[in-house]
Amino acid sequence: MPEFLRVVDTTLRDGMHSVTHQFSPEQMATIAAAMDAAGIDTLEASHGDGLGGSSIQYGRAAAPDRAYLEAVSSVLTRTKLAVLLLPGIGVKDDLDVAADLGAKVARIATHVTEADIAEQHIGLAKRRGMEVMGFLMMVHMAPIDVMVHNARLMEAYGADYVYAVDSAGYTLPPEVRDRVHALKDALDCRVGFHGHNNLGLAIGDTLAAVEAGADVVDGSLRGFGAGGGNAATETLVAVLQRLAIPTGVDLYKIMDAAKLVEPFKAQPKQGPDATLILGYAGVYSSFLLHTARAAERFGVDARDILVELGRRRVVGGQEDMIIDVAYELAQAG
Amino acid sequence: MLKVAIIGPGNIGTDLMYKVLRSPKLELCMLAGIIPDSEGLKRAAALGIPTTAQGIGPVLDQEEIRVVFDATGARPHLAHAPLLKEAGKIAIDLTPAAVGPYVVPAVNMGEHLDSLNVNLVTCGGQATIPIVSAVGRVAPLAYAEIVATIASKSAGPGTRQNIDEFTQTTARGLEVVGKAEKGKAIIILNPAEPPIVMRNTIYCEVERPCDEQEIRASVEEMVEQVQDYVPGYRLRVPPLVKGNLVTTMIEVEGAGDFLPTYSGNLDIITAAAVGVAERLADHIINRREVAPDA
Repeated sequence: MPEFLRVVDTTLRDGMHSVTHQFSPEQMATIAAAMDAAGIDTLEASHGDGLGGSSIQYGRAAAPDRAYLEAVSSVLTRTKLAVLLLPGIGVKDDLDVAADLGAKVARIATHVTEADIAEQHIGLAKRRGMEVMGFLMMVHMAPIDVMVHNARLMEAYGADYVYAVDSAGYTLPPEVRDRVHALKDALDCRVGFHGHNNLGLAIGDTLAAVEAGADVVDGSLRGFGAGGGNAATETLVAVLQRLAIPTGVDLYKIMDAAKLVEPFKAQPKQGPDATLILGYAGVYSSFLLHTARAAERFGVDARDILVELGRRRVVGGQEDMIIDVAYELAQAG
Repeated sequence: MLKVAIIGPGNIGTDLMYKVLRSPKLELCMLAGIIPDSEGLKRAAALGIPTTAQGIGPVLDQEEIRVVFDATGARPHLAHAPLLKEAGKIAIDLTPAAVGPYVVPAVNMGEHLDSLNVNLVTCGGQATIPIVSAVGRVAPLAYAEIVATIASKSAGPGTRQNIDEFTQTTARGLEVVGKAEKGKAIIILNPAEPPIVMRNTIYCEVERPCDEQEIRASVEEMVEQVQDYVPGYRLRVPPLVKGNLVTTMIEVEGAGDFLPTYSGNLDIITAAAVGVAERLADHIINRREVAPDA
């Protein structure tokens, strides 16, 4: 077991999906300040789909990227600010702005097979003195050797960490263990894990990652991420304390911070069944609310949409396919 | 017949070659490259097309060549553009160099018939700008956003290393050619096997409420115009109007001339290039016919 485990909280990024990107900069600053007080090592803040994600496709954010970063940056005293960027959605200019506004960590995310679109973005972040975490999303969709090949690319471009990201909350603990082991064996850089709770396994998956040697893991307060959410940061901290793995986080204070997201928690209209199907069918977690809306608009069952999306092997970012599938199902009657 | 040449015998140049050979209005006089035994040059030679491995020089020397397709890369085109201009040849630029104005044949070809250098924006631009323009002629557009999803296998190293170039150039094309007040573009690579056909979703925000039927008619008419030069261009979800938002989805299947049919994203740019050249051929012939004693 590690001597210290780095925990990154993504309430203010992954959690943006759960509020359809409507946190205000002030709300973000309040939550960020509480996490800073609790001693969280790093927190991620931005639109749910990262810098430049505010769009019709993914939903418009309540404020521009800049306003969020300024607000959060201004209250942090020891917690490092991370931003997410998906090449193809955000651009290098966005990363430059984030660096100017105090972001210390750049998380550059691609689909698990497409790491080579991130070379320039990783390079720029390194030149700007940022720490880089490469994010291989939808990791369950590629065999381990393909994942490792893509992880090596990210490492070669300069990533300090490479993450296995279980975007669909599909991966079971033994599979997480195998993937993290494979990354630890293949890479010189450090390794991370980001999970989703669609099958109720986020904490178990994260624990499996830690046992397999992960150097950093993600959580969100009350598990406030897309779909079924992430591993709840406060629960994770408690579990790690039971294992005597230090995280630098004060348990009571992070529990207090978690209370701040309570008012934002609302069950999506389609309820937990659709969440379960995300994990079961292997569909990107942020599709949940978009699917609930499309199901209502076209009068079809959200579960049918999600199963069909899984069958089509849709990847992260393809929210437009929800409309395509719902329209087709409605036409078929 | 309008005499043309192609520089760059890679995948795009080769696909373009097959399309030019099928055109009743164009005569391919040369395929130029820089690597003597490259596959592309060998393939062209086997078809009886004059080839050169000495780059643009021999193309410049042939006076009867009127139009030159540049399928190399942004940097080489920056060098080629002034040479072609000096030689009085029209350049159709398939690279991201954008020396000349953006052209989408179904939308704004008429404005640039006398330009000596035209640029084809991006594959995503060729696929989506016609729809943006079709919606925009019904009601002014405050905003247009497109999502292009292409098969991973159809994105070459150039696209992959410069993915920002795609999003930024396409967004500008939505504004400049599509006439949206503001544009945004997103690109997604999907590795599914068998490879998916290029898919595009076009979101338009109109400045005033408008009639779904009127928009649908305008879009359907535009789709037919694009099909003139891109046969595999299809409406997948007709324009759906909700408040001020119009959502349309199209797919582009390639003709399979040289590149596989799933790479509609590559096909649409070679098809657009031929579309531009054929319109230039008509224009040049018409001009000759009306010019007195020419």
